Amino acid sequence: MPTADPPAARAGSRSSDFEGVRLHVVTGKGGTGKTTVAAALALALASGGRRTLLVEVEDRQGIARLFDVPPLPYAERKVAVAPEGGDLFALAVEPRAALMEYLDIFYKLGRAGRVLEKVGAVDFATTIAPGLRDVLLTGKVYEAVKRRQGGSPVYDAVVLDAPPTGRITRFLNVNTEVSGLAKVGPIRNQADAIMRLLRAPQTMVHLVTLLEEMPVQETVDGVAELTAAGLGVGGVVVNQVRDELLPARALAAAGKGNLDPDGVREGLVAAGLVRATASPGTGTKLVEGLLTEAAEHSARVSLQRRERRQLKQLGHPLYDLPFVSGGIDLGCLYELAEQMRAQGLA
Amino acid sequence: MKAPPARLELDPLLDDLDTSIIVCCGSGGVGKTTTAAALAVRAAERGRRVVVLTIDPARRLAQAMGLDELDNSPRSVAGVGEAAGGSLDAMMLDMKRTFDEVVQEHSTPDKATQIQANPFYEAMSSSFSGTSEYMAMEKLGQLRAQASVPGGSGEQPWDLIVVDTPPSRSALDFLDAPRRLSSFLDGRFIRVLLAPAKAGGRAYLRLFSTAVGGITGVLTKLLGAQVLKDLQAFVAAMDTMFGGFRERAEQTYTMLQADGTAFVVVAAPDPDALREASYFVERLGAERMPLAGLVLNRVQTSPVESLSCERSTAAAEQLEEDGEHPVTAGLLRLHADRMRRLVREQAVSARFTAAHPRVPVVQVPARAQDVHDLDGLRGVGQDLGSA
Repeated sequence: MPTADPPAARAGSRSSDFEGVRLHVVTGKGGTGKTTVAAALALALASGGRRTLLVEVEDRQGIARLFDVPPLPYAERKVAVAPEGGDLFALAVEPRAALMEYLDIFYKLGRAGRVLEKVGAVDFATTIAPGLRDVLLTGKVYEAVKRRQGGSPVYDAVVLDAPPTGRITRFLNVNTEVSGLAKVGPIRNQADAIMRLLRAPQTMVHLVTLLEEMPVQETVDGVAELTAAGLGVGGVVVNQVRDELLPARALAAAGKGNLDPDGVREGLVAAGLVRATASPGTGTKLVEGLLTEAAEHSARVSLQRRERRQLKQLGHPLYDLPFVSGGIDLGCLYELAEQMRAQGLA
Repeated sequence: MKAPPARLELDPLLDDLDTSIIVCCGSGGVGKTTTAAALAVRAAERGRRVVVLTIDPARRLAQAMGLDELDNSPRSVAGVGEAAGGSLDAMMLDMKRTFDEVVQEHSTPDKATQIQANPFYEAMSSSFSGTSEYMAMEKLGQLRAQASVPGGSGEQPWDLIVVDTPPSRSALDFLDAPRRLSSFLDGRFIRVLLAPAKAGGRAYLRLFSTAVGGITGVLTKLLGAQVLKDLQAFVAAMDTMFGGFRERAEQTYTMLQADGTAFVVVAAPDPDALREASYFVERLGAERMPLAGLVLNRVQTSPVESLSCERSTAAAEQLEEDGEHPVTAGLLRLHADRMRRLVREQAVSARFTAAHPRVPVVQVPARAQDVHDLDGLRGVGQDLGSA
């Protein structure tokens, strides 16, 4: 567990759209790059001498893979140094360990905790009743956000790589369910405290999406659900945005099938891909292939523009991250983190 | 480069009347639901009488299949399969209603009311994630019991059931659901919770009761007396049904291992999805579940694969340098970008095949538009099948 520097050693405030937010929850439809975005955000938030904690709760060891470190144990480990100084810690929360820790901290149940484990109560709590898993996972996140040492928070910010959009509201709201079950008592108090933090302005849920129909639809639904549940929606991160590779006029023409094949053929001759002396029919297949690709690209681009308009109507800020070909490595994370800082997400 | 994998031939699988269940599984966001729906449409149009169970279809796809009304039972999809003598029924899983139905069917009206009024029931049946796996398996069992397949009553004409699986934390949760339920029911914790009701007064149980008293003491401290009482009442009320639950869960599990079942693992050509797919393939093998093969969705293709990324880029650079033919230069950049993705995807897929050389694979090319109508599903079906 990290020890806190004296508060004076920490960096001061800087310009970000989410200054003062302590808990950043990152969600997104499966396949949109939610873990990557969460990791880059944690890195960006750590830059300039801060300390952040990146938490994963889905038992997938996605963080370890991204940062190229051995699988994370149930302990906070430093995984990277941020630009301009700053430390990024990571934690993979494991429900069983979280439960034992919870029992220990809140009830000082050393031996009794082991008895519960022996009769299968721990199994019951962490596997059979999946809702209790979510209670434990959110409880651990709450603890990390609230932890203080020497009068100041141990972490300047905590980033949660949360369950996907389809489950996020239920996940974050699970403690409301608990409050419904336990009318009084210690569990009730804990559940209420967690809900207060999650609904406070210090907590923001960011949604990651692609410019595709289903992820955008899920984002729109997710924003509505989160808002209805009283949870704060932060930014919408548009991931894997591709450059528009054709000049605007050519793009429009390609969509209508109006690009001139002869002009393209001349271009291919000039580029040396089709021999100038070749008979007129040569290269036709190449020209047609390129025009087909352009028409498909144009269709994709107009679909993306339509999806972007829909996202804009949500009224939450949009942040674009570029498509990275060749897979995400540690270097990419720094680049994405830089993009986030430049755009004000962190 | 190693030899390419064998092609997954789905048409013969769909045409084989011995195939009675097809399970589509894979991680989230890879097109699992679309694949299940496309297979169902194709099978119906090849003459099978199909019912498809979807978990969480995209809204427009649901509408296209007439699934926007949630009544938790299959509805006929008009205009699919009649010409070939087949038919398609489709349904979307409603977790809460499935749970309600199970409770009503397997207990007395009094007890059902008692169970449904318990606060734990409300939480368990609608809010807690994870219940969908149990309920998907329960529903699959129900559909099969009514179907015209071996072991079914023949009450419904279905001779093929296509199932989509819930987007789980781990895509394998649904396989674990029956076993988890069994281990839970045989577990000591249930006995401890039920002990006060069952052990009342019998002297030889006194020792056990004392130990139990200690544990319930701890639980009371943890949960509060009222919560513990509700939990005990819930477990006691459910106890009579648990046996049936377990029996059916085990039947479903055995049914999944049977010859008439085929698992289709769905993935997209990216490292994460294929890693999950690998894990899946290994797990299915370990559980002796019949794997048909891998569907690789949204694969990048090009009509001019002979022009490599490198040559295309070099040509574009030359045109840009000369300041001529900007449109052609743009087209070449576009093509280079497409080829770069294509080559990368091929490398990722090749790694999967290197690890699982015997798993047949079928590739479905990426589309410019999302699939949200029956014609779109037919198109995907065409790519999945042999044509």
